Amino acid sequence: MQEAIINKAKQLLADGTVDRVIGWKKGEFAYDITPAVFGSAEEIDADFVYDDFTSANVSKYLVKETKKEGKVLVFLKPCDTYSLNQLIKEHRVDREKVYVVGIPGGPKLDIEKIKAKGISGILSVKNENYTLKIETIYGEETMPFSEAILDKCASCKSKKHVVYDELIGEDGEVLESNRFDMVEQLENMTAEERYNFWREQLSKCIRCNACRNVCPACTCEKCVFDNPTSGVENKAASDSFEENMFHIIRAFHVAGRCTDCGECSRVCPQNIPLHLLNRKFIKDINSLYGEYQAGEDTTSRAPLTNYTFDDCEASIVHERGVE
Amino acid sequence: MNSNDTLIPYIGVVTDIRIDTPDVKTFRVEAPEGGKVFEHMPGQCAMLSIPGVGEAMFSITSSPTNKEFMEFSIKKCGCLTNWLHAMDVGQMITIRGPYGNAFPVETELKGKDLLFIAGGIGLAPLRSVINYVRDNRDNYGDVQIVYGSRSKDDLVDYKEILDEWMSDKGIDVNLTIDNPQEGWDGHVGFVPNYVKELNPSTSKTVLVCGPPIMIKFTLAGLKELGFTETQVYTTMELRMKCGVGKCGRCNIGNKYVCKDGPVFRFDQLDELPDEY
Amino acid sequence: MLRISLDKIDELFEAVNSQQALYIPTDRKDGAAEYKKYESGMKMSNKLNTVRSAKDFFFPQTENLVEFKMEGKKIEVKDIREESEDFVIFGVRACDARSFTILDKVYLVEPVDSFYKNRRDHGTVVTMACTRPSETCFCQTFGIDPTAPEGDAACWSDGSFLYFKANTDKGQKFIDSISSLLDDGDTAELDKAIEKTKTIMSKLPLANLSTENFGGDKLNEYFNSDKWGELSESCLGCGTCTFVCPTCQCYDIKDFNTGDGIKRFRCWDSCMYSDFTKMAHGNPRLTQLERFRQRFMHKLVYFPKNNEGEFGCVGCGRCLSKCPISMNIVKVMKALEVK
Repeated sequence: MQEAIINKAKQLLADGTVDRVIGWKKGEFAYDITPAVFGSAEEIDADFVYDDFTSANVSKYLVKETKKEGKVLVFLKPCDTYSLNQLIKEHRVDREKVYVVGIPGGPKLDIEKIKAKGISGILSVKNENYTLKIETIYGEETMPFSEAILDKCASCKSKKHVVYDELIGEDGEVLESNRFDMVEQLENMTAEERYNFWREQLSKCIRCNACRNVCPACTCEKCVFDNPTSGVENKAASDSFEENMFHIIRAFHVAGRCTDCGECSRVCPQNIPLHLLNRKFIKDINSLYGEYQAGEDTTSRAPLTNYTFDDCEASIVHERGVE
Repeated sequence: MNSNDTLIPYIGVVTDIRIDTPDVKTFRVEAPEGGKVFEHMPGQCAMLSIPGVGEAMFSITSSPTNKEFMEFSIKKCGCLTNWLHAMDVGQMITIRGPYGNAFPVETELKGKDLLFIAGGIGLAPLRSVINYVRDNRDNYGDVQIVYGSRSKDDLVDYKEILDEWMSDKGIDVNLTIDNPQEGWDGHVGFVPNYVKELNPSTSKTVLVCGPPIMIKFTLAGLKELGFTETQVYTTMELRMKCGVGKCGRCNIGNKYVCKDGPVFRFDQLDELPDEY
Repeated sequence: MLRISLDKIDELFEAVNSQQALYIPTDRKDGAAEYKKYESGMKMSNKLNTVRSAKDFFFPQTENLVEFKMEGKKIEVKDIREESEDFVIFGVRACDARSFTILDKVYLVEPVDSFYKNRRDHGTVVTMACTRPSETCFCQTFGIDPTAPEGDAACWSDGSFLYFKANTDKGQKFIDSISSLLDDGDTAELDKAIEKTKTIMSKLPLANLSTENFGGDKLNEYFNSDKWGELSESCLGCGTCTFVCPTCQCYDIKDFNTGDGIKRFRCWDSCMYSDFTKMAHGNPRLTQLERFRQRFMHKLVYFPKNNEGEFGCVGCGRCLSKCPISMNIVKVMKALEVK
């Protein structure tokens, strides 16, 4: 697949269709891949990589890149195309300046899951018929591919590309995913259990803002949490109330716009399952306003910004809140 | 815990407020029991704060030779300064310092002919030096001041300039405003051009402070006149939090403006990366 | 050398904990290690290192500095500082131990930061030699020997015993306080284990990374390097690297209205954030390029220039594994280096 992608990138650069290419650049090790912009065939030959670790959703970079001159080629996995569509819908990305090539997605691997098995000193990771052969300083290790899959891939919602100019490989289908299972588990907890669950998770937060800054739905020019005159600009929580509020407010703000790309949880250095907050909103929106998938198209109105006479009454919040 | 910590401020009382220009006020600050909160040298700064509103670094505009109080000339330009402008006499503020180095009034500047060049609120840090020099007149040679502002109404310390500086012997005060104005028969034009017109002797040591663009053109003009960078001092301003080189934000290269500055000679600045 | 059987480590922890507060790295439910206050039954983590560094003990993410009572035009300043309790941090790695030396060069130089010093004075650092370094480790680059860690006291494991050695008076006091549990023992097995670790160290992928061409000498050359654009291109501008970093020491000071007065606190800040240098009338670091450059110039050039060649990095590898886009100091050094 990497070869086909590289050839496509070089071809589109050579025939003048695009001026730059957004993709992934290989790192020091097998897994430390950095999103990057490539300007020439030489750069692509030297560093472009697409493998089991290229999980980063690069669609948000288009906000910045489409403000520059020329056209940019982007390779998007199915889940990433939902993010791009949502950004187009919100007028954050100029579609005319992007050439989208849809590529097959994951499941991608999570290096943390490999390390959690006690495997360290990792020099290379090879997938041989869904068994990972991991070469380390301490000898070779193996583990099943399925046990090292990124959480966001393990509950994949769709193999379908919702926006593209061309595809490499076959397009897939929207999947029946298990992504709301954990939300249901949380809903079935008592209020106290649920509170304790979130306190334990959110108290780990170091306010690094990685979740916000990676989020394709967080594209405000000036985030309220960075605005000294907002009254809520805090780099550290002054009390536990604030510690909870940052993530809850953020979840509210992306509700109805979050495509469930899972990047927030992937980048969290403290392994907080932030995507569960967003999924709770998605699940509620589905049940209260009818099935809705943010980013599925660029024209439909989102349930939370579209009033209809059929909308549920506000009192539903109260009724649903009663144990 | 009985040691002092510079992050724990003292209390200062605002005992007088002077309206200098439409957006600049000069605040007199004394200790609650009277007298100065601490001693300083010309060019040094202090952190002023209204708890709950903010804290920021300001240049101490009064001369250390003033034994009774400190003064701060503050331009209204943000949250804290808006608050300071709205306060009345008797208001307490918090104050800590003094921070940073000072103009080398007791070393390199001693015995020299001095040329002060200021634009707008940039007079504030230089006023401390000018009055220090006036109070230690025998230690310095000729003093020339070139000061300009947008309009006559934007000249800070105008009364003191007219009443005191201009009547001092051996002080040559040259004022200018950007555009002609009714009731102004003085010079009209930008500070850098005025400096070139005045063609000061290159034997002078220069202290310049003002908006970055003014400093840039003034320095270029001085070089044309034959001045070298080792003769010219300025004072810098960057965002600061601690005031003692620890919070890590006011650096230009490896130098912290709060601790190694704010006063720099241009040849020293030249060695640093262009990030200010 | 004084040692204790690893079977008796619980007894050791209980003994220390009965005398002063003890903190050890322990595994969370999600598998990551973090320092926690010791409670009976708590097991020490086998992980190479904690997600958050040990700097938290001396430079916590947030702490109250002073409080104010506001009444009309009056302000009352309340000094809320209290003497810290004595505490032991057990199991600190050599990299984190060196980070304290670096933080000391910021916080213990005049004017001394009394908040930091208070905790430093009362904390005893007991280090633990590494036996299983990871591919992301490069402490050797900064002259750190993970088989002979600094700290007040150091300890080593050979798989059966923990061996102790004091590096400072405070460390000696610590060892004296547990001496009833220690026996003098032969170090033959330990020596073998150390040799084994040293062999591994020499084979680490970053073993040859060198600081030789960094430091204060090429300040402007590195500042003006044309590599910064490419290196910072995909930086998210988050603070993950700074917050997991054991040597990042920048802070912000903020006020919080409790409703009953003003609490002034300081908290970690990040030069990667857009408002770090923002002033009412402008910002000298307008884009992520300048902010990104600041972080690495500080560690590789400015800090050594101001501190007799000491770099602002200890090679712990946290930023290598935690940066959301996998950009880090190793990649920067390799791309930037001018020979």
